[in-house]
Amino acid sequence: MRNALLALSGLLAAPLAGSLLIGLDRILTARLQSRIGPPVLQPIFDVVKLFGKERVVVNAWQAFSAYAYLAAVAVAVVLFFIRSDLLVIFLIQAVGTVFIVVGALASASPFSQVGGYRELLQSLACEPLLVLVIAGIYLETGSFAITAVDRWPQPLMVRLPLLFISLLFVMAVKLRKSPFDFAACRHAHQELVGGVLTDYSGPFLALIEVGHWFETVLMLGICSLFWADNWAAMLALAGAAYLTMVWLDNVTARMNWRLLFGYAWLLGLPLALINLFWLYRG
Amino acid sequence: MRIWAKFIGYARFKSPWLLHFDCGSCNGCDIEILACLTPVYDLERFGIVNVGNPLHADVLLVSGTVNPRNRIVLENLFNQMPAPKVVVAIGACGLSGGIFRGAYNVVGGIDRVIPVDVYVPGCPPRPEAIIDGVRLGLEKLRTGGVTLDSKDGPIGATKENHPCSRTN
Repeated sequence: MRNALLALSGLLAAPLAGSLLIGLDRILTARLQSRIGPPVLQPIFDVVKLFGKERVVVNAWQAFSAYAYLAAVAVAVVLFFIRSDLLVIFLIQAVGTVFIVVGALASASPFSQVGGYRELLQSLACEPLLVLVIAGIYLETGSFAITAVDRWPQPLMVRLPLLFISLLFVMAVKLRKSPFDFAACRHAHQELVGGVLTDYSGPFLALIEVGHWFETVLMLGICSLFWADNWAAMLALAGAAYLTMVWLDNVTARMNWRLLFGYAWLLGLPLALINLFWLYRG
Repeated sequence: MRIWAKFIGYARFKSPWLLHFDCGSCNGCDIEILACLTPVYDLERFGIVNVGNPLHADVLLVSGTVNPRNRIVLENLFNQMPAPKVVVAIGACGLSGGIFRGAYNVVGGIDRVIPVDVYVPGCPPRPEAIIDGVRLGLEKLRTGGVTLDSKDGPIGATKENHPCSRTN
């Protein structure tokens, strides 16, 4: 019963929280550029409007991919809310990423195709980091279950600081923040039109957008595990991480994929491995 | 259901995404359109975002005279936009062909090719006038579809009634 309630709250509260966060992000970004910015509810207006538009699809695979992506990230968030297994959550959110790629490659548009390949490269760069973060949590607590993290006497941050920095890399990629926003981004229309989102429109674009709200909440949730002592500390850590992302988004320019690999594999991966080695020895 | 429909209408009003197409304008109107997006006018406070993709757009801003070449592109862009959508013609050239009206390579106003909902006169119009024109178009969007559904097939000037093919 408790799990069912938690799952339901995850399904309802997560997209709401995600949309409000993105609304705040847009206001903050506007203020950093000396603009007033849209209302906080802007992402909700956008999605409702998109749901009210005409349905245009390239082919059945594209529509299926939108549903599959939303389902995968929603299930991952629900599993997170019922404090399930981190490894399962990781694998299910990876299914979501795969369907974003499938949906992009289902269309013949060159922008969509390039976006799809870039999305693949992004996941190649950052999914290993996410696995290592989860492996670090396992080495520390002796379990993949989030309940073990909740019960752990001291914050994970104390023993996994370098893995937290690696997680920030993954977060920047998953939240589509500059400098790692080269597969799809609101501001990329000079270079890539809409990347993986180019050929989505109307209700299907709305599904992807809602999926992105879920994904945002999932990434911040994983981030908050690093200080799972109490609610205030979890929220503060997730909030600080998100603010860092917004700041990073505004002060950096888009990279190319070689630089992404350089940063993720030559900086993120060694940091994660050093932390793991230290945990293993200690 | 009616409440949901009203909410969608309100959301359309609050979140119009613009697509800007330059049909051979002298760039005067285009500079004024882009000026609307700068911090001085900040169109994003009305939820307006400049998108580069007709599939994502709700409002089509067209500036410049249409010629037989880019007429095809203009029709294509319009047909790719999912309904409901609004077309705003910007500037004297977009309205009627402007000073180029009689030129052999000029079709005339945007409305010779696609249905136009709002006309914003000026050479170039001020950013305030453009914002006002878009707002008028949004009133039309809120109260329901105004332009043709793209299922009705491509619209616009056919070869027979095309101004360039007339013999007089």
